[in-house]
Amino acid sequence: MKVGKMVSFVIDGKNVQAEGGAMLLNVARQNGIVIPTLCAHDTVARSGACRLCVVEVTKGKRTRIVTSCLYPVDEGIVVSTKTERVMNVRSLVMQLLMARCPESQLLKDMAKEMGIEPQPSFRVETDKGKCILCRLCVKTCEDVVGVSAIGLSRRGKDKIVGPPFMEDSVTCVGCGACAYVCPTDHIVMESTDGRRKIWGRAFRMKACDTCGRYFAPVDQLKWISKKTGTPLSELSVCLSCK
Amino acid sequence: MSTIKTLEDLNKAAKRGLESIIPSKTKIMVGMSTSGLASGAQEVYDALAAEIKKRKLDVVLCKTSAMGMDCIEPLVEVIQPNRPRLAYSRMTAKKVPEVINQVAKGVVDGFKPTYRMDEEDYLCLNEKKPYFKGPLPNDVKDIPTISNVDFYKKQVKIATRNCGMINFESIDEYVAKGGYFSLYKALTQMKPEQIIDEIIASGLRGRGGGGFPAGVKWQTCRRAHGDIKYVLCNGDEGDPGAYMDRSVMEGDPHSIIEGMIIGAFAIGATDGFIYVRNEYPLAVANLQRALDQARAYGFLGNNIFNSGFNFDIKIGKGAGAFVCGESTALMTSLEGKAGEPRAKYIHTVEYGLWNRPSNLNNVETWANVPAIISRGAKWFSSIGCKNNSGTKVFSLVGKVNNIGLVEVPMGIPLKDIIYEIGGGIPGGKKFKAVQTGGPSGGCIPKSLEDISVDFDALWEAGSMMGSGGMIVMDETTCMVDIARYFIDFLEFESCGKCVPCREGVMRMNEILHDICGGKGRPGDIELLESMSKGIVDGALCALGSTAPNPVLSTLKYFRDEYTAHVRDKKCPAGVCKALIRFSVSDEKCTGCGVCLKKCPTECISGEKKKTHVIDQTECIKCGVCKESCKFDAIIVE
Repeated sequence: MKVGKMVSFVIDGKNVQAEGGAMLLNVARQNGIVIPTLCAHDTVARSGACRLCVVEVTKGKRTRIVTSCLYPVDEGIVVSTKTERVMNVRSLVMQLLMARCPESQLLKDMAKEMGIEPQPSFRVETDKGKCILCRLCVKTCEDVVGVSAIGLSRRGKDKIVGPPFMEDSVTCVGCGACAYVCPTDHIVMESTDGRRKIWGRAFRMKACDTCGRYFAPVDQLKWISKKTGTPLSELSVCLSCK
Repeated sequence: MSTIKTLEDLNKAAKRGLESIIPSKTKIMVGMSTSGLASGAQEVYDALAAEIKKRKLDVVLCKTSAMGMDCIEPLVEVIQPNRPRLAYSRMTAKKVPEVINQVAKGVVDGFKPTYRMDEEDYLCLNEKKPYFKGPLPNDVKDIPTISNVDFYKKQVKIATRNCGMINFESIDEYVAKGGYFSLYKALTQMKPEQIIDEIIASGLRGRGGGGFPAGVKWQTCRRAHGDIKYVLCNGDEGDPGAYMDRSVMEGDPHSIIEGMIIGAFAIGATDGFIYVRNEYPLAVANLQRALDQARAYGFLGNNIFNSGFNFDIKIGKGAGAFVCGESTALMTSLEGKAGEPRAKYIHTVEYGLWNRPSNLNNVETWANVPAIISRGAKWFSSIGCKNNSGTKVFSLVGKVNNIGLVEVPMGIPLKDIIYEIGGGIPGGKKFKAVQTGGPSGGCIPKSLEDISVDFDALWEAGSMMGSGGMIVMDETTCMVDIARYFIDFLEFESCGKCVPCREGVMRMNEILHDICGGKGRPGDIELLESMSKGIVDGALCALGSTAPNPVLSTLKYFRDEYTAHVRDKKCPAGVCKALIRFSVSDEKCTGCGVCLKKCPTECISGEKKKTHVIDQTECIKCGVCKESCKFDAIIVE
């Protein structure tokens, strides 16, 4: 593979050029090709968990289905993003997720756009909420925030996201990045009267010294101060007033 | 133990080993691998020790592992000067005094050994050593030799060459069998590229299931950029009914270690890891002991055989997740994280463990390496069939008379394994199918019993070699139920990372449960098929993408059984309880009353010598009546 050098290849009949080793999903999007995704986000490393971004790639004599979010482009490959095989996988993934999370409006909207109906033979789940196990929240908490307050536990169909042992999180700083990044709005964060509730804990919010608006949990400010070395006193003004 | 640096040192160890393999006095060996222990070998061993002590006999008592024929264990073998090696099968503590009597007298008298061995194969040395010189003693003449035992007749042992032959606790015995001579040869007489060429020329394909040419993998890893490279051994055997790798790890751990050191030298690796599941305590213990011994002899560590090559191996213990047998999940687990696979678009030989070039082969592949180095690529490739060199180890289980571990040349017809080695189907029942390749393999029907057992033919038939599980099924097996069983296993073992495997296999399982439970709907079979396609294409790793195989292969060959379940609400094999009904044949019932007594719910009634009746409302369809009826009067429909 020519990593770093420009390579030429074909997507949906269109000749394109990109840096070798670049991820196929990014290159496709740069070229105006729409590929649906649920678990790819620019801020965290990709996991390839949702399988929605599959495309068909022919390299040499071999044609196979790959996840475009993790597939490094190479010279001479031929990519088709909408073949029958591709659509069969996407349709299965959407139907499976709709049965898992019937409440999710995002899934309903995406399925409608893709022309996919729910599979009536799949029993609808009632206990999974809107969590599709894309793991964006977990990765954000670990890699971006750096506290690893939540993680994945158990295995297979019992897999679940949450704090260790599903007890109220001790390390959570209440930043809400997990709720922000969650594509299906499964993670609930409530903010009222200077308190924010998330993952079973209530966090006291800091009011801006200038405008008086609550802008961040005190625990989060302490965490930022500890991580960056900025004195806590310098973190008492909200972003708008800074 | 002093370090071994020269050929002379190695020869000295071999001499010590040979004296221990065939000592000048009587030696009694007990098969003490997991299969032996499970059938009571420890009790037999203790009884032997007590009896020997009581009679103050000058006898060596030692442990060995299983030679393969697990259905006749516990196995006790006796080696006496100027006599063939004798194997007493199905031993119990009660039979010990009688065997010891024979040992003391030096004559077989009464309780007969099952087979004898006149000579022992030293595969890596390319020679056979006789157990005795001169004529065969009269008392053992009518005991068949091992080569006349159906189970062993067609077997060729390479990977399991030392299993059951040596004491797994002795490194010297391994050396005496030609062990570590290949390492000496590789390190002192061969260049890394030459070793790789030899492995490529041998045609050795990965025995873990993929069947990828091992030498090519080594070459790619050698060429990959990086100062630190790893060689890894996959001992995470998790298929139900499979224990090939366990047997080698328990019975001949040094063969794996020697293979790995040779591989590491060829690839340019500095460290090695053996990933083994902790549910294999004996394998872990025997590997650990072997690693310590190899380190003490200087086969691991710095400047091995004064070659300047440094290498060491550690054991990584798995917690028993089936998915950790998948290469990337295995590496993630070794890194200390939850065992989940990741995309392999960049191969692990380039970015593997800790993102460094890593060469992973399974236990059996590594165990073959020393034999190939000592005997040569030409010899190895002369065994087996086209594009499938050498042998393959299978664990032959299920509805077959001779259950055990078999090593056969690639390309052997399936029927030879089932009817000759396996001794056919018990109870005069008909052979129906064989499941190969583990849970994600497939079922091969009786109509294909002539099939050549090799990577390519099995793949073409819709199954796969896998790591070598072979489960035989007879006519009383329901193929829909079997598919459900394996899908159930895979649902449980799915790591849950990707949607098609986590959610898709679960939905397939729901549909199969419905079909077996009499709630199949029109369209279910087609739905299973289309879902299978989506999962095969869409799943992240090999566990997911092969998960639909049990359904696809049973649908391919036994579609009529699915149709019977869904459309006619019948289970032709009489297994799925919701679809069967037990009744008594008016013609055949003699009114003996046995079923009446055995029925756990007391739902059978009837007078003596008159046809009995089963109360359908109380019947739990346990099948006890059918099993107990001598007159075949219970009808299942």
